Amino acid sequence: MRSLILITTARLLMPLLLLFSVFLLLRGHNEPGGGFAGGLVAAAAFILLAVSRDPGTARAALRVQPQALIGAGLLFGVGSGLIALLMGEPLLTGQWWTIDLPGMSLYLGTPLIFDIGVYLVVLGATLTMVLTLAEEGEFLAERNRPGDHQPGAG
Amino acid sequence: MTGLLAAVLAGFAVAAVAPFVARFRWSGWLLALLPAALTAYFVSLIPRVTAGELVTESIAWVPSLGLEASFAVDGLGLLFALLICGIGTLILIYGGGYLKDDRQLGRFYAVMLLFMASMLGIVVADNLLLVYVFWAGTSFTSYILIGYYHENRVARGSAQQALMVTVGGELAMLGGFVLLGLVAETFRISELLGQGAAVRADPLYLPILLLILAGALTKSAQFPFHFWLPNAMTAPAPVSAYLHSATMVKAGVFLLARLLPVLGGTDAWLLILVGTGSLTLLLGATLALRALEVKRVLAFSTVAALGMITLLLGIGDREAVTAAMVFLVGHAMYKGALFLFAGIADHEAGITQTRLLGGLRRSMPLAATAALLAALSMAGLLPFFGFIGKELVFESILHLGGPMAVLLLAVAVLANALLVVVAIRIGIRPFIVRRDSPAAAGHEAPPSLLAGPLLLAALGVTTGLLPGLLATPVVSSAVAAVTQVPTAIELYLWHGINVVLAFSLLTLVVGVAIYLWRGTARRWTAWLEAGRRYGPEAGYGSAMDLMQRGALGLTRRLQNGYLRHYVLVTVITPIVLVAAVVLAALSRGSGIALGLGQPEIRPTEVALGVLILVAALVAVRSRSRLGAVAALGVAGYGVAIVFLTFGAPDLAMTQVLIETLTVIVFVLVLYHLPGISDLGTSGRLRDAAVSLSFGGLMTLLVLATLMPEGRETISAYFLEQSLPAAHGRNVVNVILVDFRALDTLAEIAVLALAGLGVLVLLRIHAEHRAARR
Repeated sequence: MRSLILITTARLLMPLLLLFSVFLLLRGHNEPGGGFAGGLVAAAAFILLAVSRDPGTARAALRVQPQALIGAGLLFGVGSGLIALLMGEPLLTGQWWTIDLPGMSLYLGTPLIFDIGVYLVVLGATLTMVLTLAEEGEFLAERNRPGDHQPGAG
Repeated sequence: MTGLLAAVLAGFAVAAVAPFVARFRWSGWLLALLPAALTAYFVSLIPRVTAGELVTESIAWVPSLGLEASFAVDGLGLLFALLICGIGTLILIYGGGYLKDDRQLGRFYAVMLLFMASMLGIVVADNLLLVYVFWAGTSFTSYILIGYYHENRVARGSAQQALMVTVGGELAMLGGFVLLGLVAETFRISELLGQGAAVRADPLYLPILLLILAGALTKSAQFPFHFWLPNAMTAPAPVSAYLHSATMVKAGVFLLARLLPVLGGTDAWLLILVGTGSLTLLLGATLALRALEVKRVLAFSTVAALGMITLLLGIGDREAVTAAMVFLVGHAMYKGALFLFAGIADHEAGITQTRLLGGLRRSMPLAATAALLAALSMAGLLPFFGFIGKELVFESILHLGGPMAVLLLAVAVLANALLVVVAIRIGIRPFIVRRDSPAAAGHEAPPSLLAGPLLLAALGVTTGLLPGLLATPVVSSAVAAVTQVPTAIELYLWHGINVVLAFSLLTLVVGVAIYLWRGTARRWTAWLEAGRRYGPEAGYGSAMDLMQRGALGLTRRLQNGYLRHYVLVTVITPIVLVAAVVLAALSRGSGIALGLGQPEIRPTEVALGVLILVAALVAVRSRSRLGAVAALGVAGYGVAIVFLTFGAPDLAMTQVLIETLTVIVFVLVLYHLPGISDLGTSGRLRDAAVSLSFGGLMTLLVLATLMPEGRETISAYFLEQSLPAAHGRNVVNVILVDFRALDTLAEIAVLALAGLGVLVLLRIHAEHRAARR
C-alpha cells in the first residue's frame, strides 16, 4: 500500500524538516525551540520516510544506527559538563566564549553542546523505538497476509 | 589543571580512543606509552614525597554537596601509583601480544585503561566519597574483564560472582564512609588522619569499622569472601596478572593501610584483621597446594599473600607495616611475573595444568628463566626481594612477643612453606624437569609477551641486591604515611646469621619436605573438599537462588502479561504515595495550601476545556481502538493549545510533536493488536475510579505548586538571570540546558535507556522467532 503522493511529499518534506530541526535546535536558546523539540522534528522526518517507504529505507537514510546516536548524545551531554570541570568550575556550569563580529557579538557556549546532546539522544531514542516497532509490525503483517502463509513460520 | 588531576583523567581519556588504536599492529606498545609516562611522572614526585611533602590538588565538583575532587599523593599513594602505572605499562604490552588477533582487543584496551585510571584514582583520591566512586569503577571494569570470554557460561558466572561479592562489600563500605565522614565532620582523608582518637572514642566506631572492613575484605578476597578470586581466573592472563594479583585485590589492603591511623590500634581491629588474615593465609596456602590448574594455584597463593598483608596491617605497628609494604611490593613483582608466565605457557604451549609444566627450559628458555627468577623470589631465597619481605615478616612477628607471636609464627612458617611448594611447582620444576616430547612444549613467546615477565623478574633481583636504590625511599615514606610518624627505614638484604634467618631456613626445609610428600599432604587436607558443599561459596549460591526465586515471584505478581495491569500498577503507586503524604499533613493539622486565587476565565479557555473533555469522553466510550487513539490525540492537541494561550510556546510545540509521534507509534502497532475486550461493568468502574483519582491527584499537585504565599519561588531568579548569566532569552531552554542541566542529563539518560529497552525487548523477540524457524 505504497502511495506515490506520500512518497513524493516525503521526499520533498524530508530536507525541509531536517533543516527545520536544526533551526529549532540553534534558535532554542533565545526563541521557542531547543534540542528536545528539534530532535523530535528530525525523528519525524525519518519516520515519515519509514511510513511512506519502509523502515529499511529510513535506516539507510540515517546512515548510522540510531543506538549510536543515543550514545553520541550522552557523550555530548556529559562532555559539555566536563569542560566546566576542566575550567575549575562545578560540573555543567555554562562556559561562554564571545565572538565579536562587525555589528554584533555572538555568544557560543557549552549549553549549546549540551543541547546538541539532547537533540541526538531524543532523535536516537525515538528512532530506535519507532523503527524497531515498525519492523516488528512489518514482520507481523507479512506473516498474517492471507493466502501466503508459510508453514512453520512464527 | 595540573599534573595530578591530568594523571588521573588521562587514562579515562585514552580509553575512549583505545578501540581505534587497537587496529594498529603495535597497538599494545603504543598504548603502553601512557602508563609509562605516568610512571615517569610519579617517579618525578619521589623526591618531593620522601621529603615529607603532601602533593595535593583540588577542584570543586558538586560544591552544594560539599563534594570536591581532591587528590593527594603521600608515601602510601605513591607506592601504589608506581605499582599501578609501572605494571600497567607491561600489562598493556603483554595484552597486545596475548590477544593479538582477538576481535575484542579494542574493548580489552579500553576497559583495561578505565580500570587503571580508576585504580589510580583510589590511591591518590583525598576524599572518601571519591575513593568510593573510583572503587566502584574498578568493580565494574573487573566484571567486564573477568567475563571477557563472554560466550563462555562459566566466565559469565564468575564475573557475576565477583561483582556481587565485591559490590555488596563496597556498598557496606559506602555506609561506613558516610558514618565516618559524619563523625569526623570531614570527608577529606588528609584531615581525617589527624582525628583518629576522636573517631575511635565515638560510639559509632564499631559500626564504621565493620562496614568499612566489609568493603576492604571482600575486595582483597579474605575468608569467607575468598572464593571469588580463584573463579575470576576465567579472565585472560594479563587481566589475572594485573587485576587479580598486582593491583585491584590490593585495593582492600590499601584501604586498610590508608585508614590505619584513623581506625587502627583497637582490640576490634587487631582481632578481626589478625584473625581473618591468618585464617585466609593458611586456607589460601593449603588450597593452593590442592589446586591443579596453574592459574588456580597462583590465585590461591594470592589469596594467601593478601591474608599475610591483612594480618600484618592488623598488628599495625611500625615493623609490621614495613613488612606489609615490602611483602606487598615483592608479591606484586613475582606474582605478576608468574601469572604472565602462566599466560605464556597456555598461549604458546597450551599447558594449563601444573603437572604438565616441564621441559620449558629448552622450548622457551627466556620465559622459563623469568618464571624461575620470580619463583625464587616467591620462595624467599637470597638475593631476591622476596627474601627481604619474608625476613621482615618474621622479624615483625618476633618483635611482637607474647603467646600470640608464637601462634602467628607457626602460621607464618607453615603458610610460607606452602608458598615455597607453589614456587617449586610453578617456577622451578618446569625449568628442571625434562619432557620426552619437546614438540608438545611449544615455542618461545614473542617479545611483547616476554617483556613483562622478564622485567618483573629482573626487578625482583635488582631491588633485592640494591634495595636502597628505589625501594628504601618509597617504602620509608609509605610506612611514614601509614604510621603517621616520620620514619627512615633501611632495607638490608643480609641481616647476618640470627633467629630470623633460622626461621627462613626452616620455612624452606618444611616447604621442600611438603613438596616431596605432596601426595600425603593432599590426602591429609582432603576434608577441605567439604567446603564445596557447605562452605561460603555454597552459601553464596543459595543466597543467589533465593534472590532469583524472590525476584521471579515478585515479577510474576507485578507483570502478569496484561498491559492493563501494568498501567494500573504504575498509576496507583503515585496515587497511594501522594495520598499518604496528604493524609499525614492533614492529620498533623497543617493542611495543604492550594493556590486557588480568583482566575479570570476567557471564553476561548472555556471552549478549549469543553473540547478536551468531550475528546476524553469519546476516547473512553469508543468501541474501536483507532477512534480512541484519534480522540486522545484531539485531547492532547487541545492541551497544547492551552499551553499556547498561556504563553508557553515551547511546551505547546513539544506537546504537539509528542502527540503526533504517539499517534504514529499507535498506528504502527494498532493493526496487530487484538480487539478491545469487554471488561464488564465492575472493570469499567474500577478503571474509572483509578483514572479519576489520578486526575484529581494531578489537579491537586498543580494547585499546590501555584500556591504563591509563604514560599520563595525560584522563577524570579531564573527570569532575571537568564539573559545576563546564561546569554539566553528563552528561559525554558536556559533552565533545561544550563540552570538545571544535571536534571536534563538524567532525563536524557532515562530516555536513552528506554530506547535501548524497547530495542532489546523486540530484538529478543525477533531472535527467538529466528531460532524457532
